[in-house]
Amino acid sequence: MSRNDSTDPPVGSALIEPAKQAMLLSALYIAQEQNGYLTPEAVERTAQRLGLSERDVYSTASFYTLFRMQPVGRYVIQVCDGLSCYLADGADTVADYIGAKLGIAPGETTPDNAFSLEKVQCLASCGTAPAMRVNDQLYEHLTAAAIDAILERLMGEV
Amino acid sequence: MTQWTPVLLANVQRPNSEKIGTYLDGGGYQALRKALQMTPDEVIAEVKNSGLRGRGGAGFPTGTKWSFVPKDAPVKYLAVNTDEGEPGTFKDRLIVERDPHAILEGVIIAAYAVGAQRAFVYIRGEFFLGVKRWIKAIADAYEYGFLGKDILGSGFNLDVSVHRGAGAYICGEETAMIESLEGKRGEPRLKPPYPAQEGLWYKPTIVQNCETLANIPHIIERGAAWYAGIGTEQSKGPKIFCVSGHVNRPGNYELPLGVTLREIIEEHAGGVRYGRKVKAIIPGGASTPMLTADQLDVPMAFETLQAAGSALGTGAVIVMDEETDMVEVTRRITRFFVHESCGECTPCRVGGQRILENLDRLAAGQAEPAIMQELDRLSQGIMGLTFCPMGTGMCEPITSGMRLFRDEFTARFPESA
Ligand SMILES: Cc1cc2nc3c(=O)[nH]c(=O)nc-3n(C[C@H](O)[C@H](O)[C@H](O)COP(=O)(O)O)c2cc1C
Ligand code: SF4
Ligand code: FES
Repeated sequence: MSRNDSTDPPVGSALIEPAKQAMLLSALYIAQEQNGYLTPEAVERTAQRLGLSERDVYSTASFYTLFRMQPVGRYVIQVCDGLSCYLADGADTVADYIGAKLGIAPGETTPDNAFSLEKVQCLASCGTAPAMRVNDQLYEHLTAAAIDAILERLMGEV
Repeated sequence: MTQWTPVLLANVQRPNSEKIGTYLDGGGYQALRKALQMTPDEVIAEVKNSGLRGRGGAGFPTGTKWSFVPKDAPVKYLAVNTDEGEPGTFKDRLIVERDPHAILEGVIIAAYAVGAQRAFVYIRGEFFLGVKRWIKAIADAYEYGFLGKDILGSGFNLDVSVHRGAGAYICGEETAMIESLEGKRGEPRLKPPYPAQEGLWYKPTIVQNCETLANIPHIIERGAAWYAGIGTEQSKGPKIFCVSGHVNRPGNYELPLGVTLREIIEEHAGGVRYGRKVKAIIPGGASTPMLTADQLDVPMAFETLQAAGSALGTGAVIVMDEETDMVEVTRRITRFFVHESCGECTPCRVGGQRILENLDRLAAGQAEPAIMQELDRLSQGIMGLTFCPMGTGMCEPITSGMRLFRDEFTARFPESA
């Protein structure tokens, strides 16, 4: 059976038409990969491939926070701003600490385009709070020392 | 202390728990074999008799939902809700990452019961490891003949695929999830019709939470009577309680429904940190009304929490100690909901924004006493008047917080007021 990466859309006669649009979120993830955000060209290409209007593609893409319309840094640091992280002395404390180290505020990117800092909603790590994500990696039980180590490692990689 | 040997969280503690081999060694997929020997109606009856109610927040009886699917519909779907985003909730992520086959076995049995030949897993875009674990579990299940054509020689066919969401809490709401699966903006649909009648591409669609589905194999294997013997009158079975906030041992605890809030906090989660006292508890995720320390003896069950003025929701218990700033708590929860409002209806979109502006002013010590009535008025203009339940969910913590901790709110007025 070859359905290993089974993110493909439904097959079957009744579904062929709607299936095209059902691929849109997956297609947008792919379109975003190259530049880290959705360039106008990427949107155009996605629309063409799926036989949708650019307007439809923008309409869907703009609804979801993980699709970006603006460039971001190579590492996007997403600090959880949720209640449980706040109660665990995280959230603002973590975001402020990282912001001070990188010299940026949430919503900003460092001048060398290495890091962007964002505050995000609950990451479902409330039991291991405080939590944050850097690109696809989740970090839990954050402390100042742990954050220092993470940033140091990432800085070595840029 | 309640004696309980974990059922749902039995496998997750094993090394390599996510692998199909580990799951099979633990007796995995035996329930599927058993279910395929039964008729679909027998499976539905078993689940109905077990008393299982949905673990995604709404608590709808699962077997009843399955019986709503029109028998004669040629195409039916199953959608698996892995969108877990209700602040305080972190149980589905655990099961998906560490025991995906438990959910998948539930998916196959559920699909067989309702006659769906196509299932869609909808997973939060942020759950990167979860996506990988889902895809691997599905691929392995195909290889072992648990998915695909003629499953275990039963003649039943099922295909499953994984679909990533992209950062929108509202897509956990079942009709918004359906829109998102169709590749659209995740804006809820009006109900009725319910998805069981008209869901994905307007075909009957059963939407089920991961934890709910993980219960199914156990019900089939040990029987409805065993399951119905656990819990309270109207809340059957084990539940995973997600405990976070000011406790010494935050984490997921599986216990029978009906266990008291006090036992969960004091015995299992190690009590309140620094030896402090409890001030407030959110018992079922951010959209459930707050409780106070004098309500710690409430049993954690649908009916008892409702009687206490709150709800079981997702079973996410957020504990706040005596030092907690309740204005900040209320404001932070509101900020979440305002950020996540899909904007489809005005009371939620505009009303929520106004409430947040008022709470920001109050927190900054810049509000007049009239703000209390204003907050009440704004909440009244939202609760029960929105397109989907999120508007009401947004107001629950605000109205309960203001009622229970009024002094803390009024203490923020400037001296002159
Ligand atoms: C705003 C909102 C968000 C929701 N988010 C989730 C979610 O993340 N996961 C989930 O399983 N159910 C969520 N639900 C509940 C679903 O609409 C639906 O009731 C549930 O998936 C049905 O499955 P169950 O009966 O197994 O609980 C949400 C509901 C609302 C109103
Ligand atoms: S209540 Fe809020 S989330 Fe629900 S449909 Fe209205 S705007 Fe969208
Ligand atoms: S509140 Fe931060 S992970 Fe849930």
